[in-house]
Amino acid sequence: MSKTQIFIKGLIKENPVLVLVLGTCPTLATTTSVISALAMGLAATAVLVCSNMAISALRKIIPDTVRIPCYIVVIAGFVTVVSMLMQAFLPDLYEMLGVYLALIVVNCIILGRAEMFARKNTVGDSALDGLGMGFGFTLALLAMSTVRELFGSGTWAGYAIPYLANFKIPILTQAPGGFFVFGLLIATVAALTSGEYPKKNSFDCEGCPNAKFCGRDVCAEKESEENAHA
Amino acid sequence: MLKTLLSILLASVIVNNYVLSKFLGICPFLGVSKKIDQATGMGLAVIFVMLLATAATWPLQTYLLAPNGLEYLQTIVFILVIAALVQFVEIALKKYAPALHRSLGVYLPLITTNCAVLGVTLNNISDGYGFIESMVSSLGCGLGFLLAMVLFAGVRSRVEKAIPPVAFRGIPITLISASIVSLSFYGFAGVVDNLFGGAL
Repeated sequence: MSKTQIFIKGLIKENPVLVLVLGTCPTLATTTSVISALAMGLAATAVLVCSNMAISALRKIIPDTVRIPCYIVVIAGFVTVVSMLMQAFLPDLYEMLGVYLALIVVNCIILGRAEMFARKNTVGDSALDGLGMGFGFTLALLAMSTVRELFGSGTWAGYAIPYLANFKIPILTQAPGGFFVFGLLIATVAALTSGEYPKKNSFDCEGCPNAKFCGRDVCAEKESEENAHA
Repeated sequence: MLKTLLSILLASVIVNNYVLSKFLGICPFLGVSKKIDQATGMGLAVIFVMLLATAATWPLQTYLLAPNGLEYLQTIVFILVIAALVQFVEIALKKYAPALHRSLGVYLPLITTNCAVLGVTLNNISDGYGFIESMVSSLGCGLGFLLAMVLFAGVRSRVEKAIPPVAFRGIPITLISASIVSLSFYGFAGVVDNLFGGAL
């Protein structure tokens, strides 16, 4: 795979949010406004690039059996760094993101890339992969927050949009609107790319990065049930 | 005192439901809600881990991190404590309560990276709750998670039988139905405030 391909695949083809459906919690929670979505996307990208590089550099040192706790420590370290930097230089955004900033630690995209890419590839490739995936995540958050802020509060990044401001649909900025817009976006992507890209049809274990180290009994149980049906 | 605790409990079960209004723990909510029995097992395991995690992290924060000015280590310490705790509980359950392990054990490793558990421990600290209040709030959040999971499993069993447009099959229709379930919880906003005269 060439360097450009490694970078590009995260943007659309394997977009972590809209195609792989990972990192759903921050996607739903921080997309009420474009500004907070952008902040979340960039913060997660910074953590992703740094943790991918660190894990790739340490890939020969970290023992295989305890790799997940090691990854979690590395990721939590970078999350702490990013949140301290934000607290110092961007206090408004820090307040806006609140607990979700600390929760980047448990964002499945980051652990997933460590497990699927960084531990098998060189530092440079891992950095590119992290950058691509991070921008894909940011792009998806931007798309979703644009829809929610435009139609929900009639503004875009704080600027009032003339016509839309008179016909707001406030529920879009609330919890139910989040699920609704997310569903519509994934359906749109599925319709536009039908058959062209591999897409997951349901939430199941193979797409979940945690599947590799979770109690596989759940997945095995599900598989055997599906086989029984077939 | 009792009134405050009750209002914290009710608020975290229905008004600030972790899944449906705070968007924490969405992955298991969407992933393990296909069958009611799996949803119940996951919900019970989450309640259990949330209570344990709060019981472990609250004293750590109050007696170790805060007095020594180490609050910035909160995220790292909490996630490690939760991960270790989950492993430990799994081993202990396997050895001493195999029956319980068979029903809950499979869900335990999934919970380590569940943002609802880390979220509840962090929120308890940032809300300035005392130990008992924290435990009650964790119990409430866990119960709210269980409630959302079980309700949604019921909804999903009906959705599975429907035939949505091609592009909506799978994830999108699941999210749209989650939106409607979330809308029904939206109706609870204000209930607790009115019940307790704004005691929150």
